Amino acid sequence: MGKYAALVDVSKCTACRGCQIACKQWNELPGEKTVNVGTYQNPPDLSVTTFTLVRFKEISDKGEVRWNFFKDQCRHCLEPPCKEAADTAVKGAITQDENGCVLFTEKTRLLNIKEIREACPYDIPRQDPNTKIMDKCTFCADRIANNMIPACIKTCPTGALTFGLRDKILEMANKRLAEVKERFPLTRLVDKEEVSWIYLLHRPEAEFQMTVRAKTTRPVTVARRTFLKPLGTLVAGTALLGSVTSGSDSSRE
Amino acid sequence: MTNHWIDIRNADVILVMGSNAAENHPISFKWVNKAIDGGATLLSVDPRFTRTSAKAHVYAPIRSGTDIAFLGGMIKYIIDNKRYFEEYVRLYTNASFLVNQKFKMPVELDGLFSGYDAKNRKYDKSTWAFQMDGNGLIKKDPTLQDPNCVFQLLKKHYSRYTPDLVSTITGTPKDKLQKIYEVYSSTGKPGKAATIMYAMGWTQHTVGTQNIRTMAIIQLLLGNMGVAGGGVNALRGESNVQGSTDHCLLFHILPGYLRTPSASLSTLKEYNDKFTPKTKDPMSANWWGNYPKYSVSLLKSFFGENATKANDFGYAWLPKLDDGQNASWLVLFDEMYKGNFSGFFAWGQNPTCSGANANKVRLGLAKLDWLVNVNIFPNETAEFWHGPGMKPQNIKTEVFLLPAAVSFEKEGSLTNSGRWAQWRYKGGNPPGEAWPDAEIMTELYYRVKALYKKEGGAYPDTVLKTTWDYGPKGPGGKIKHVDIHMVAKEINGYFLEDKTIRGTLYKKGSLVPSFAFLQDDGSTSSGNWLYCQSYTEKGNMMARRSRKDESGIGLYLEWAWAWPVNRRIIYNRASVDKNGNPWDKEHPVIQWDQGTKKWKGDVPDGGWPPLSAGEQSRYAFIMKPEGHAHIFGPGLADGPFPEHYEPYECPIEKNLMNAQKFNPTIKIFSPETTTPLDVVFSCDPRFPIVATTYRMVEHWQTGVMTRWQPWLVETQPQLWVEMSKELASLRGIKNGEKVFVQSARGQVEAVAMVTDRFKPFNIAGQTIHQIGLPWCFGWVTPSDGGDSANLLTPSIGDANTMIPESKAFMVNVVRKGV
Repeated sequence: MGKYAALVDVSKCTACRGCQIACKQWNELPGEKTVNVGTYQNPPDLSVTTFTLVRFKEISDKGEVRWNFFKDQCRHCLEPPCKEAADTAVKGAITQDENGCVLFTEKTRLLNIKEIREACPYDIPRQDPNTKIMDKCTFCADRIANNMIPACIKTCPTGALTFGLRDKILEMANKRLAEVKERFPLTRLVDKEEVSWIYLLHRPEAEFQMTVRAKTTRPVTVARRTFLKPLGTLVAGTALLGSVTSGSDSSRE
Repeated sequence: MTNHWIDIRNADVILVMGSNAAENHPISFKWVNKAIDGGATLLSVDPRFTRTSAKAHVYAPIRSGTDIAFLGGMIKYIIDNKRYFEEYVRLYTNASFLVNQKFKMPVELDGLFSGYDAKNRKYDKSTWAFQMDGNGLIKKDPTLQDPNCVFQLLKKHYSRYTPDLVSTITGTPKDKLQKIYEVYSSTGKPGKAATIMYAMGWTQHTVGTQNIRTMAIIQLLLGNMGVAGGGVNALRGESNVQGSTDHCLLFHILPGYLRTPSASLSTLKEYNDKFTPKTKDPMSANWWGNYPKYSVSLLKSFFGENATKANDFGYAWLPKLDDGQNASWLVLFDEMYKGNFSGFFAWGQNPTCSGANANKVRLGLAKLDWLVNVNIFPNETAEFWHGPGMKPQNIKTEVFLLPAAVSFEKEGSLTNSGRWAQWRYKGGNPPGEAWPDAEIMTELYYRVKALYKKEGGAYPDTVLKTTWDYGPKGPGGKIKHVDIHMVAKEINGYFLEDKTIRGTLYKKGSLVPSFAFLQDDGSTSSGNWLYCQSYTEKGNMMARRSRKDESGIGLYLEWAWAWPVNRRIIYNRASVDKNGNPWDKEHPVIQWDQGTKKWKGDVPDGGWPPLSAGEQSRYAFIMKPEGHAHIFGPGLADGPFPEHYEPYECPIEKNLMNAQKFNPTIKIFSPETTTPLDVVFSCDPRFPIVATTYRMVEHWQTGVMTRWQPWLVETQPQLWVEMSKELASLRGIKNGEKVFVQSARGQVEAVAMVTDRFKPFNIAGQTIHQIGLPWCFGWVTPSDGGDSANLLTPSIGDANTMIPESKAFMVNVVRKGV
């Protein structure tokens, strides 16, 4: 069970893409050479230099337009299928730290990208075409270990992203769910029992540009290994991250 | 903003119109979202469906340039359905004032108000006046029934703005109009508030000022001025544009909105008399009656000991405008184009991309002898001489690029949209030879002064008598570095001699506690009266960082400092009834404490008791000589009530509202007298599509600061043009294809973004297409990014401010390679 979780309140996201930039800044990822192909969305997809990407989708429905934004990234599954798949081939290629961050190591170069992508219910892992190393969002494991909230959450101006202890985030997510349902009755929390990054979706999944594979493609749960969490390994002061923190409310950091 | 950013959370209804806050003021959505969490309704009115519209409860499309028709229809709806807050309107606005019986309106004069002089395109405003009684007081009808009272005139004027006519002008479907009117006007009662978030989508029109006036009228009718969650809120386009305006960025004002003197006002007395309003009403505070205290204190800050009573405090040394001279942006570049300037400082700006009709600007720069560009990155202005279409060998202009420090490399203050002056600290040293602006200005000052001393020249005293006391002086009387705290203190102002005021002695050299202490006898200085109290003997008020909020409505009175006198919501005396009890009990801005006989809450607009105290009290709108807010506004160039006129370059033959096609008082730049680039083509089959320009969240202004940033360029690498599927199909354009957008003045290449977020408009039975494109790109970088959309925009400005009409003009779109 991950110690921490994040809530992505999609109903509050304005697609300012501050998260996308903050991620590149903290992780020192280069800007990609892009062209405009007729959409705001750029880069076109996740890559080893783009760990988080705001995806745009326009919906035309009975003369009304909707424009839905979706911050795509690794959900940091509590029992990550990518790790399970990796473990069968190269042990230690994909790891999970005590905070719940699922991390790709250099050993991922020994894995088959197709298999790892297919193992991921959200189609997140990407591979460097040259080094063959795979990469993705780290949940800012280094920041969390140093008592800082993830860079994307820190920068979010609208209150769409919140970080905190898992039980507190779940509590908040359930409360928000009830509130948002009043305006958007179909609102739901996506896979909240299975992931650390819990998405509150106020519209049906089909209205977002996102990948959610049918559950049947996921490895059978009983086959998963269980993990013993090492205790007492957290750095001093980590408890400060205990409260729920949004980026635009950085006072608590 | 009359209110401030945090206050948006207190609104019951938020209208975003003439702005795109989610994209261009992203942090504002923290407060918009909080308001929505509390049950507020978000309305978005925009020609295209934006990232703001994506979050709105209701979206309504509108053809660019028809906001007065849209809002005029709302005024009619409010009056017809009695949605106005009658007690508020009666107490605080000029609705009951009787207007001169000779005053005539567009309904009677085919779109004109009385007094029009067609030859000079100007109004004689003598009939736009109030009726006075024998004691010199304005005649009123508190029942609002007199046919000459403002309320009845307003009703008559907007009776023409029927839903059918408004819909046919704006292209907004009638059901959407109805929905917006209904939701917005639901706040016309005590305890409810609606706010308006607007920006350049309202100002950059030939009727820009009147767009905002129309909204101000609505806010007054609904009782939304002065209250929490209300106000008329301009979202400023740069972090310190409010501060730069306060400190007289524009030609017509001196610091603190004092007026630039004109040549015929030859003495200080004449100047002060002209701009000091008078009233005979004992209940009117008439705050501008203090004008001479502020003007004399300003002169003392400019000229120090050189300014004496005997020499009119140096008034003669102030530069003057010729009478009637217009020195606004468009006129400056017109004169530059005609070769009437030898030099130009483009300081922290990039006019070759930001200026309307940018080709004219670019050609104008080529007529200069020298150009100094102070900036942080290479840009299209400093590089203009080898830009598209330029022949460097034929350009005589010598260009200097002075590298400047960025905001994080210097200490100082920023004033945000909510009028908060916030102190900012230095994060690091500027690289290489980059200097803070104040150091560049100081060096310039000393060099210019030395030249004047050596060679003389025109008006030497203006320079030679100016003080420059911003730090310890070395040999030769020159300061080594600017101490920015000394600048801030000069802006606040000092006592220049020992002075006893209301029984308290203020020592010579001490800082003035607030503008209420400024004097007109030369005993005080203040570089900007509005900022007097920002830096006092108690310290630098702008550096305060207390998070205490006893108000409960997010005033945070000890966080930084707001002008005037730390008031967070201006006109707040209108947030209470005549006994001083807040209209909104849940969000009280101020309230009268009967026990202490004092106001609690925000800093009130003056400490006088509430209106029920009779002559002890003062009216709420203290900056107006009559003390009442202007529903009837006789001061503007184009009329006391806003009237719909078409944009100067527009798609229809005839204004459907009246016989005047466009604003009758705008200044026309005729191609016959200046340049073919000033041409406009209305209703021309070659340019049949309405266009507008805008900003985006990923780039900043012209992009000088962001187009060198790979992470931002990655998200928005190239100029695009948004268009409807219907228009794209008509022109055979597919999404993602390269197209040319062409106007009478220029063309740009852009990527077509074909979208359902733009829809064709039905205007009087005719299909009118509209497109939109951002103006943040430029040819210098990125190399395949495209150029500025301002190559398309016209040289025409608002009748009052001359801000260019960049938000409504005509273009054509064609596929590249056809």
